[in-house]
Amino acid sequence: MSIISIRNLTKIYDGSSVEVTAVNGVNLDFEKGEFAAIVGPSGSGKTTLLNMLGGLDRPTSGEVIIDGQNIWDLSSSKLTEFRLNKIGFVFQSYNLIPVLTAGENTEFIMHLQGKSREERNKRTKELLDEVGIGDRIKSRPNKLSGGQQQRVAVARALASKPTFILADEPTANLDSKSTENLLDIMEKLNKEENVTFIFSTHDARVVNKARRVITLVDGQVDTDVTK
Amino acid sequence: MKNLKIAWRNLWRNRKRTLITVASIFFGVIFSTIMSSMQEGSYSTMVDNVVKFYSGYLQIQNEDYWENKTINNSFHPVDSLYAIASSVKEITHVAPRLESFALASSENLTRGTILFGIDPEKEENVTQVSKWLKEGSYLKEGDDGLLVAEDLANYLDIGVNDTLVLLGQGYHGVSAAGKYPVRGIVKLPNPDLNRQMVYMDLHNCQEFFSAENLVTAMILMVGSPYDLHAAHRHLMRKIKAPYRVMTWDEMQPEIVQMIEADRSGAVVMKGILYIIIGFGILGTITMMLAERMREMGVMIAIGMKRFRLGIILFIETLLIGLLGVLSGIAGSIPIIAYFYNNPVKLTGDAAKTMIDMGIEPYMYFSWIPSVFYNQAITVFIITVLIGFMPFLRSIRLNLINALRA
Repeated sequence: MSIISIRNLTKIYDGSSVEVTAVNGVNLDFEKGEFAAIVGPSGSGKTTLLNMLGGLDRPTSGEVIIDGQNIWDLSSSKLTEFRLNKIGFVFQSYNLIPVLTAGENTEFIMHLQGKSREERNKRTKELLDEVGIGDRIKSRPNKLSGGQQQRVAVARALASKPTFILADEPTANLDSKSTENLLDIMEKLNKEENVTFIFSTHDARVVNKARRVITLVDGQVDTDVTK
Repeated sequence: MKNLKIAWRNLWRNRKRTLITVASIFFGVIFSTIMSSMQEGSYSTMVDNVVKFYSGYLQIQNEDYWENKTINNSFHPVDSLYAIASSVKEITHVAPRLESFALASSENLTRGTILFGIDPEKEENVTQVSKWLKEGSYLKEGDDGLLVAEDLANYLDIGVNDTLVLLGQGYHGVSAAGKYPVRGIVKLPNPDLNRQMVYMDLHNCQEFFSAENLVTAMILMVGSPYDLHAAHRHLMRKIKAPYRVMTWDEMQPEIVQMIEADRSGAVVMKGILYIIIGFGILGTITMMLAERMREMGVMIAIGMKRFRLGIILFIETLLIGLLGVLSGIAGSIPIIAYFYNNPVKLTGDAAKTMIDMGIEPYMYFSWIPSVFYNQAITVFIITVLIGFMPFLRSIRLNLINALRA
C-alpha cells in the first residue's frame, strides 16, 4: 500500500516570454520504508518534483496524495501543519536556525507540534545520539562542521516522526567521509525506524545506497528501477 | 517564551548593527527628552511668572468685570464665596484684590498708575510682593502707606517716607483723591509693571475709591498646576451669577498662544528626529529581512506557521525599540536631574531679553513624567508601525523564492 501517490503532476513556470514545463505529467507511488533516489541532469525537474511533493510549491495540475489526503486541497495553514507532522526536510545547505543550538534545532519541530518538554528533551537526546553528535547538543551551528550540521538536520527531520523525509541533494556540500557517515546514518534509520527517505541527488554514492532509483529527464520519469 | 528567546538571540546575530540601531534610538530619545524638558521648563516658568506675579491660577470676579474692567464692576466678597473657595480641596490660598487706575503725583510730576488694593498678609501667599522690596518695609494690615514700583518712584523722584498724591475716579464716578506716605520701593521684574504699579492696603484702597467692602477679584491659588482643572470644575459647579470663575489661561490667552506656537515649532524638530530614528530602525529591519529570507523560508517549510514567524520578527523590532527607548530614558534621567537642580544661567543678550520680559534669566528644565514617557510612547508607536513590515512580509512570503534566496 503506497503512502505517497503522485498523479499526473505537472508544473509549468510562466516565464516572461516562454513557458517552461519543469515537471510534466509525473505518476509515482512510494511505499512505506522506501529508500529512493530521484536522479537526473540539472534542469530535469528533481527539485521541483520534491518541492511539490513536500507541499512547498503548488503544481500547475495533478495530485499529491499522502496518507489518503491530496495535500494541494489543503489551505495554506493546514498545509503548514501537514508538513510539520508528516514530512521531514533535509536541505542541501543544512538550513539550521543559526541562533539555536543543535539540541534546540532538533527540539524546535517538537515544540511547534506542542509536545511536552520532557518528551522533547528525551527524543532530542535520543536522535542526536543516534546521528552520532550527542556530545554537541549545546553547540550552535557555526561551531559544527558541515557533516555535523547535516546530521543535526537529519535529526530535526526525524524529530516530528514524519511519514517520510525529503532530502534535496543532502550530500552536495559534504566531503566523502561525511557523505559516507551521513548515508550510513540515514540507511540505518531507514531500516531500524522504517522511515521513508526520498532523495534528489547527483551523487553516485547516494544512488548506490538507494534501493530504488527514479531517473527524470525533461520533467518526465525516464526510468524507475528497484534494486 | 520560545518566540521571545529566538527573537532575542536573533537580535544579537549582528551585534554591531543592533548596537548602532539601539544607539541611534538612545541618542534620539536623549535629545528629544532634553528638548522637551527645556521647553516644558520654560513654559512652566512663564506660567509661574504670570500666575504668581499677577493673576493667580483662578479668579472669582463679577461676571461683567473681564469685558469691562472698571471699578463699577466690582463685588462684595461675601463669606459664602470664601466658604466655597475653602471647600475646594485643590485651592490653597485666597486673596482679595481691588484693582483700578489712578494718577500719581509728586511735587512736579504726574504719571498714570495701576493701583492694587491688597490684603498684605494674604497677598503674600499669592504674589509675594515683599520679595521684590528694595527699600523700606512691606505693608501691614490697615497700613495707610504705599509700595511704589522702582521705575515709577524714580520718575516721580520720590523715596521711602515721601508723600504721593493719588487722584482717580472712584466707585460710580465719585472722585478719589488722597495723600499717602511711601512705605517701600519694590523692584518688579516686569518692566511695564515696574513703571506703573502702586500697592496699598485693601481697606485703604476701598476707602480711596469709595468702594467700601468691594473687590474686583478674589485671587485663588492651587497646590499644583495639575490641580487647576479640577479646582476650576468644582468652582464652576458652585459659583453662579452674578459671579464668574476665570482661569489664568482665559485671562492670559496670549501666553497660551505663545506656548502653543512654540510647541508647534518644536514638533517639527522632534518630527525630524523621529523620522531619523524611524529610518534607522527601518534600515536595520530591511537588512535583517533581506539576510534571513532563506531562513524564514526554511522555518515555514519545516512547519512554522507564518503568523508565528511574523510574531517573532515583530518582537525583534519591538526589542530594538524598547532597548533604545529604555536606555535613552535611563541616560536622560541623570542629565535632566542635574539641570533641573542646576538651571542654566543665561548671559548676554538672551539674559537681557528675559530680564526685560520680567523673567529670571535662567533656562529651567522640567521634571514632569510626560517629558519622559511621551518620548517612550512615540518611539514605541514608531517601532510598532515598523514592526508590521516584517510581520506582513512573513505572511506574504513566497516560500519557493525564499528557499532559493
